[in-house]
Amino acid sequence: MPSFVRHLLLIVAPLIAAFAILPGVYDNHLLLFNFVIFLILAQGVNIIYGFTGYLPFGYVGFFGAGAYGFAIMVMHLQTPAPLAVLAAGVVGVLLGLLLTPLLRLSGAYFAIANLAAALAVLHFVANPALESITKGPYGVALSGTFNPTLAYIGAVVILALTLGFVVFLRNSSFGMALQAVREDAVSAAMAGVNVVKMRVIAWLVSALVAGLAGGVFAWYVSVFYPDNVFSSDFSIFAIVFALFGGVATIMGPIVGVVILYGIYNLIGFTTPQYFQLIYGVLIMALVLFLPAGLVSLATRRGWNVP
Amino acid sequence: MLAYPLIAGVLFGLYFSLLGIGLNLVFGVMRIVNLAHGDFLMLGAFVAFGVFYVLGLDPLLAVPLAFVLFVIVGIVLYGLLVPRLQQSRDPEMLSIILFFGLSQVIEALVTIAFGTSERSIPSRELGSLMTAAAKALGAKPEGGPVDILGQSFPAAWVISAVVSVIAIGLVYVYLYRTRLGTLTRAVMSRRDEAFATGINVDRVCAAAFGIGLGLAAIAGVFAPFMFGSVTPAFGADATVTAFVIVVLGSLGNPLGTALGGIVYGICYMLVQTFLSSWADLLPYVLLIVVLLLRPSGLLGRKVRVA
Repeated sequence: MPSFVRHLLLIVAPLIAAFAILPGVYDNHLLLFNFVIFLILAQGVNIIYGFTGYLPFGYVGFFGAGAYGFAIMVMHLQTPAPLAVLAAGVVGVLLGLLLTPLLRLSGAYFAIANLAAALAVLHFVANPALESITKGPYGVALSGTFNPTLAYIGAVVILALTLGFVVFLRNSSFGMALQAVREDAVSAAMAGVNVVKMRVIAWLVSALVAGLAGGVFAWYVSVFYPDNVFSSDFSIFAIVFALFGGVATIMGPIVGVVILYGIYNLIGFTTPQYFQLIYGVLIMALVLFLPAGLVSLATRRGWNVP
Repeated sequence: MLAYPLIAGVLFGLYFSLLGIGLNLVFGVMRIVNLAHGDFLMLGAFVAFGVFYVLGLDPLLAVPLAFVLFVIVGIVLYGLLVPRLQQSRDPEMLSIILFFGLSQVIEALVTIAFGTSERSIPSRELGSLMTAAAKALGAKPEGGPVDILGQSFPAAWVISAVVSVIAIGLVYVYLYRTRLGTLTRAVMSRRDEAFATGINVDRVCAAAFGIGLGLAAIAGVFAPFMFGSVTPAFGADATVTAFVIVVLGSLGNPLGTALGGIVYGICYMLVQTFLSSWADLLPYVLLIVVLLLRPSGLLGRKVRVA
């Protein structure tokens, strides 16, 4: 059995099946939906950071742009929701294309520029001068398309597609080439890898994933403000979840989301400051003691983690 | 019409230079992105609150206190965090996440201790000691606004600008006229060669880290006067602003940061005066444009190419 079929059967299929069945068993549908969203976003971060080494510190920019793309399609063009989700993906890709020049920057410069880009999009969308288009800082309400059941199914479909792409990266020469570029762009170029094209494709796929997730999120919640969908928590959580599990693998981000987001919901929201404190300490401990993620505990012993 | 925003821009710009220079030093010497820079600014502001509200003294006295305190904090933090971080595979990227965690911890602790309310100090209290001293010597000190070229500005702005110039001058003297400063510049240009010639890189870096945090804390003392008020959540925005200034100037060059600060200050004041609804966007857009057109900054010599 080729390894990508094995990965699809043993990892992707059970996960998707679990999230398809769970709403019938477990009552907190919002929590399940958030799990799916974070699984998508963590894999999106995995695609760009794990396989190319670019840290998207403003990843939420694509998510928020997708959410607003969805909202604008629904409000102004009365598009049916599934089509509007596709449009949200297109908005994510367009923003990604607009920001492609950022890939010229390296290391921390890229991360900071990406953060600035996300904040710029937030302030653009939330500007009172654009109230007639985006409703500015006052938020949007899309009661006409409100349908959490369908939105949840949409999110699971997007998760399946995202996981499929990561399985492809993990098992194809394309994914190998990306990792080669991450390790040493000059040597990879010498070996005949088209460095720029590879990076741009990974970047746009990652933007597409976040845009789709933003669109389906807007569909699910139907009422939101710019600060909700551009909250830097999305970027940070997605990055921390992916890192905690271990990037450049299929399993890593999944394990990271299930464990960390699980803990997050177990602790509860009663006092946000204590919560922020615990989370900050956890993030620091992660970087200091487990910088290559949980999967490194296995790979260190020579086990192969998909 | 134009004179007021230009002069105010220079005054703010000198202050902005001080705001960015500590970040510049830390990133230039260690290639570490101190994402908690703004939070040390916020802590500096709380030192000023303590000096004024608890001890009842001139907030200007908080400047030496905050500096000494945070140089010590910086040296301790360096020992705890940085050597471990630098063992990891990708310290530059992981530093972003590590210091994001630290900023969360600081923000949470300050919120738990002091609450989320906005705090400020009456503007006339800054420099009250000097006014009193001048009165005792028989001179007639002018309280209230200061006249520059026929325009009047709050005295606090002028005092902040003067202290900023002194602090930047001292950084220049440190880097170019002292032995430790020369070693610092050696580490800045080539870390491994500096190590090979027997320079105690760890000691140099610890000093630079301490001074970087100390400078941030000094800038923080003036933050309540320049920005009106300070909350525990002030740090994140301050960090991005500091980044814009550092990148506008150039890395590892204190004079570059001074220029970057002034350019930023003037842009800031001009946008506030003539296009105020878009003022929020300025730092982010300016940062992206500068990074793309001239990644090495206005006074930079060598471009880092991806």
